Amino acid sequence: MNRFYKNILIFTFTAPAFLILIGVVFYPFIYNLVISFSNMNLRHITDWKLIGFQQYIKVFTEPTQPGFYGIFIKTIIWTFVNVFFHVVIGVFLALLLNQKIAGKSVYRTLLILPWAIPQYIVALTWRGMFNYEYGSINLIITKYLNLPAIEWLKNPTEAFLACILTNVWLGFPFMMIVALGALQSIPDELYEAANIDGASWYQKLKNITLPLIRPVMIPAITLGVVWTFNNLNIIWLVSNGGEPSDSTHILVSFVYKAAFNLYRYGYAAALSMVIFVILLFFSLIFMKKSRATEAAY
Amino acid sequence: MNNLKKKIIRIITHIVLLIFVIIAVYPVLQVITISLRPSDKLLSTSLEIIPENATLKSYVSLFTEQPFLLWLRNSAFVSFCVTITGILLASMAGYAFSRFNFIGKKIGLLSLLVTQMFPATMLLLPLYLMLIYLGLINTYLGIIITYSATALPFCVWTMKGYYDTIPTSLEEAARIDGCNQFQAFYRVVIPLAAPALVITGLFSFMTAWAEYIVAAQILQDSSLWTLPLGLKSFEANMSTEWGLYGAASIIVMIPVVIIFLLSSRWLVSGLTLGSVKG
Repeated sequence: MNRFYKNILIFTFTAPAFLILIGVVFYPFIYNLVISFSNMNLRHITDWKLIGFQQYIKVFTEPTQPGFYGIFIKTIIWTFVNVFFHVVIGVFLALLLNQKIAGKSVYRTLLILPWAIPQYIVALTWRGMFNYEYGSINLIITKYLNLPAIEWLKNPTEAFLACILTNVWLGFPFMMIVALGALQSIPDELYEAANIDGASWYQKLKNITLPLIRPVMIPAITLGVVWTFNNLNIIWLVSNGGEPSDSTHILVSFVYKAAFNLYRYGYAAALSMVIFVILLFFSLIFMKKSRATEAAY
Repeated sequence: MNNLKKKIIRIITHIVLLIFVIIAVYPVLQVITISLRPSDKLLSTSLEIIPENATLKSYVSLFTEQPFLLWLRNSAFVSFCVTITGILLASMAGYAFSRFNFIGKKIGLLSLLVTQMFPATMLLLPLYLMLIYLGLINTYLGIIITYSATALPFCVWTMKGYYDTIPTSLEEAARIDGCNQFQAFYRVVIPLAAPALVITGLFSFMTAWAEYIVAAQILQDSSLWTLPLGLKSFEANMSTEWGLYGAASIIVMIPVVIIFLLSSRWLVSGLTLGSVKG
């Protein structure tokens, strides 16, 4: 093909997407970087000036209630628990759905439902379900299980647990669909050969299924981790902005509060950068590690 | 004996799937229940799905007493624009990334991935200040561009991954038959990439239809509100208007659920996350 023509084609195909991204994503990113070195807040919204690393120092040392390290650990717990259950439940259901069973498409359709519902509706609905007196979760606990009702939204641990339960419910269908796609691409001959060799289901799972869905699951898990780590909606709406008394925050909701409720723009920008760097390092290491072990198969 | 064992396993499979279906569906039934409750029984300790004296009053008042139709129209307009933009730009950019080698390809693809790691709050503040400066606060243009950019990275990756699975020999054949590269793209490749286009469209639509936090900052004029902002306003005061909220949620869910159900067949084949190699 004519080289000139090819370059024009490449340019016209990629330029619109990247123009939008530069305007809405990359330019604000640079802007954010600048703000993170400034003293911008409600009092200095136009007459801000650069003050070096002070905001970053504040992020790591300021004795906020709750402190940075506490929230960081909580964010890791939040991300790990969520993604763990998303993947385990998702792959488990995909394995069940990948057999010849009656009503397969009906099951699949109904199981996608949590993914189809807008997140803010999910969050507000679950918040209602966690209500102490009228929420259906406590009603089920007291009526059918004869256990004492739980103060879901008033205690820090229970409120955090409530957020996790909501997010686990919301996230497993994505992993299920990704795993299902991966399972369908495994050729039947492999299982037939394994059957001839008299392999048990566990051996087939361990030696055929899991290694073969792995290349698809790794990027999905990376995305899942990044999305969960940055999931503002669920924490913010289920716990109503970090209630009780800011004890349910993960890093993103904490930044959101610093920026839009407390107007500490410089501080929020610095903390945002810290979150970004954490995720960047995680993704690079995780992708590299998983690719390194991929060669073993 | 072996048959019996198989039968038992099948029954257990069905039971397990049913349990998960109940878990997946229950919160939705909960919203339906709330929307049907008569207004004097909104706080009820009953667990029935169809409540006593079920009524459609909340739905009626949603359309007659609340600006719900306005929100619906606003949301539909914004979502439609974002979906079209998403499909158009992602299908083109993904194609270039899949088929050609060019300077900056790897960096371009990586930068798409990196955007997913930006916390929403990081872009929100600069974006907000920027939109004020450009006079795009309280405009749909501002929010449509923002949503498109949010959805694009994932969409471009999905499209690129899917194009990678379509053999280039098909386009070469089309070229021999006299198509130029662009014709080969939209006559041969695009129809084959339908599953990925469905995902791209769905993802773009969902981004716009279900987004609350960005909308809350950009659309402050209540005549411009999209559905999420309207729904949240039922909850904002001390006493949540649960009946209205439930009814509105159901109406918001219906189009999304229908689209998801219609496309669930495509969903499985269209998400080709595996091909991340640059």
